[in-house]
Amino acid sequence: MSLLDMIGPVMIGPSSSHTAGACRLGLVAHHLLGEPPRRAVIGLHASFAKTGRGHGTHLALVAGLLGYAPDDARLPRAFEEAEAAGLTAEFRDVDLGDVHPNTAQIELHGDTLAVTVQGSSTGGGVILVTGVQGLGVNFSGASPTVLLRYTDAVGMIARIASTIAADGVNIAALTCTRETRGGQALVAIELDAPLSPQALAFLDHWPDTNWVRLLPKLMDG
Amino acid sequence: MTLEELMNAPAPASGWVLAQDCAETGLDPQDIRSEMSRRIGEMRASVERGLSSDAKSITGMVGWNAKGLWDAPDALNAPLIRRVQAYAMAVNEENARMGRIVAAPTAGSAGTIPGALLGVADHLGLPDERLVDPMILAAGVGKAISKRMFISGAAGGCQAEIGSSAAMAAAAVVELLGGSPRAAVHAASLALMNTIGLVCDPVGGYVEVPCVSRNAFFAVHAVSAAQLALAQLESFIPPDEVVGAMASVGRLMPAELRETAEGGLAQTPTGLAVTARMEGRQEEPGGMIELPMA
Repeated sequence: MSLLDMIGPVMIGPSSSHTAGACRLGLVAHHLLGEPPRRAVIGLHASFAKTGRGHGTHLALVAGLLGYAPDDARLPRAFEEAEAAGLTAEFRDVDLGDVHPNTAQIELHGDTLAVTVQGSSTGGGVILVTGVQGLGVNFSGASPTVLLRYTDAVGMIARIASTIAADGVNIAALTCTRETRGGQALVAIELDAPLSPQALAFLDHWPDTNWVRLLPKLMDG
Repeated sequence: MTLEELMNAPAPASGWVLAQDCAETGLDPQDIRSEMSRRIGEMRASVERGLSSDAKSITGMVGWNAKGLWDAPDALNAPLIRRVQAYAMAVNEENARMGRIVAAPTAGSAGTIPGALLGVADHLGLPDERLVDPMILAAGVGKAISKRMFISGAAGGCQAEIGSSAAMAAAAVVELLGGSPRAAVHAASLALMNTIGLVCDPVGGYVEVPCVSRNAFFAVHAVSAAQLALAQLESFIPPDEVVGAMASVGRLMPAELRETAEGGLAQTPTGLAVTARMEGRQEEPGGMIELPMA
């Protein structure tokens, strides 16, 4: 948390957790999809479902899916903008169990790709992403973050870390989960600086890699 | 960064805050200063829009209060108070009608800092360039609080949200008026002490009632704390202990009193009627929030 998170973000109201945080959750899905979004199915849990509409949570989520930041003047018109951009959105109330009351589950489809993101808006516009592609993660978007889904194998994390080190980038935090031994695994690595396109392509090129994305820094500080 | 460290930092306290933050995040001090300056401009723009508009908010509960106060005769002949209150409400009404504001630290408490800091500066005729350092100190106080305590109403009650913004604003006003780091942190502590136990009970769950008027009250509260501290009055309980007390009260507070709209003003007959009306609106097809469907 930096000074610019305490005095900020600059945002369209009314609620930093229901509006600015929701927009940033949409932005995560936008960046992870990697192509223009076409169809979104969004599950809203607890407080997001209960008081989201009056707080513009739906608008903010759609604005994020379109790639708008929380202070984008187009945010209140996000539905019209979505229609013009060929994006449809469907909202459902969901019960995600014992998670933060401001949690959304986003399933976003493009023409050829799809991504699922679950995350919570924890206050003051800060978010915590807790699931990507159905696997558990734990990152805030406060730093550039590399996400890599792969088939579990001995030495994968060491190879990924060496590639990042060779790119001259420092790792700030790392979470890794897998379905089963030898099954699908997902690693989310928060970095001090963005990874180069070359390093990203190198990671993507391995036979064990199924999917890789670089999420840019979403916070101001 | 603790309030104790901040209190004993060399003057100006904002300089120490900036150096600490840049060491931690790797950001450039000049970038933070220029971004703070831009954000002060955004705050000012939201004050100006809020003072000139009386358009209703989404729920229709607020929207005309700031302009109403600003245009009314000054009954008490207390121009500073009126200015501080009107600025604070202007920001939160702008927020309630989905206008652009600076969350400080949250959107629900966004009016307190501009109300107190811009209000005092305008009352004394000080230019906006003078506000950058005080704003950095405000952010530093918020950061020190957030190390021990969540700053959202949902996590800790309104004390955590507007209490934090009032503490941040009080410290900023002290630095603006040339007070010491010690006085600035004691101002923050005095402001916090007097918000402990404050519940978050938004009617219908919306940041409108009581949030808009509460920002006006707490902007004045912050100026009041600054006044005491500039006269060398101190918080008897050490500032970090006050934050600890607030965190403990937040944990003791039932969920009904923490932004769930299940207690306090939200459960009055009028509060329940507003909730029912807003929930009814959700069912209406073709309403203002109709979505493009798949």
